[in-house]
Amino acid sequence: MYVIIAGGGKVGWNLARELIAKGAEVSLIESDHRRYRVVEEELEHAVQYGDATELWVLERAGIQRADLVIAVTGDDEDNMLICQVAKEKYEVARIVARVNNPRNLQHFKLLGIQPAVSATDLILRLIEHEVPEYGLVQLLALEEERLEIIELEVAAGSPVAGRRVADVPLPDGSLIISVLRGGTGFVPKGDSIINAGDQVLLILDPGLEESITRQFASNGAGASA
Amino acid sequence: MFILIVGAGRVGSASAKRSLEAGHEVSVLDTDPLSHERLDKDLLTTWEDSGGRFTVGTALEVDALMAAGIEQADVFIASTAGDNTNLVIAQIAQRRFHVPRVVVVVRDPGRAAWYAERGLHTICPTQQAIEMVEQAAFAT
Repeated sequence: MYVIIAGGGKVGWNLARELIAKGAEVSLIESDHRRYRVVEEELEHAVQYGDATELWVLERAGIQRADLVIAVTGDDEDNMLICQVAKEKYEVARIVARVNNPRNLQHFKLLGIQPAVSATDLILRLIEHEVPEYGLVQLLALEEERLEIIELEVAAGSPVAGRRVADVPLPDGSLIISVLRGGTGFVPKGDSIINAGDQVLLILDPGLEESITRQFASNGAGASA
Repeated sequence: MFILIVGAGRVGSASAKRSLEAGHEVSVLDTDPLSHERLDKDLLTTWEDSGGRFTVGTALEVDALMAAGIEQADVFIASTAGDNTNLVIAQIAQRRFHVPRVVVVVRDPGRAAWYAERGLHTICPTQQAIEMVEQAAFAT
């Protein structure tokens, strides 16, 4: 696999290291000459000096044969442009963009750049994972495949507490894939019992969250979130 | 016509003043409050007293674009110092706000040519200079 990484900051450098360790061929492009010198001491020929938003720099790095382009500079406009050009001009199969300012996420979407990863959003999701009062936690959204995985806590007195998995009235397009209890998880069968206090992972079509959340909240009244 | 210009550098501020002189409604958006001085220069009164609008803000912030009047704009000109900023905000103006005419200054000839093929009206001062130098050098 050939990967081009634009931006040799902490994110780009460490990504390059990890991907090289996994056996990928990597070219890291860094536009600041001093930074380039530092990174080059370690990565040697795997780092190139240049502005990755310039077409000739991307072509020199061999973008035509790249399987993956990752834009992780500190500038959102640059990341958008690099990914747009990679995807639409050079028809690179996969792109990943870093979003520095989460308010710019809407612009990445407008230009069709997916996935766009924002550290702020990731940390926010981790916080939600650690704070169960939120009720529903979205763990993963596969937007193109139109699927998502959510985590719910089974409230005391909810309609499903004490029921068999097979008896939980879930809408079509949703499935319980895992139950977390006392710090460990298991994949339930139809006759597994769901208890109050369990954390349940479900895979579902987007849009079903609300009707599902109701089943797991106390008195079926809706989650606290 | 209502013209929104983002970036009051040499190109942006001169275009703004000429558009105002030609009788258009002109709004300018720039991150730097001091760029206003370029708009006042050579005017008998201030930019505002001559009928111009000026907003301080970043064009990637949708609120700033709206405050500068992008929803009413007939023409959008992206003329900041950054090619990538210009290309991104021009596409926002085109795709999100459906401004009928979008003009974007791109200093890199490579990107200017490619985005022009994709339907953006790009202006490349570098390409113009290259051609003029060539003409001047080889004129007989």
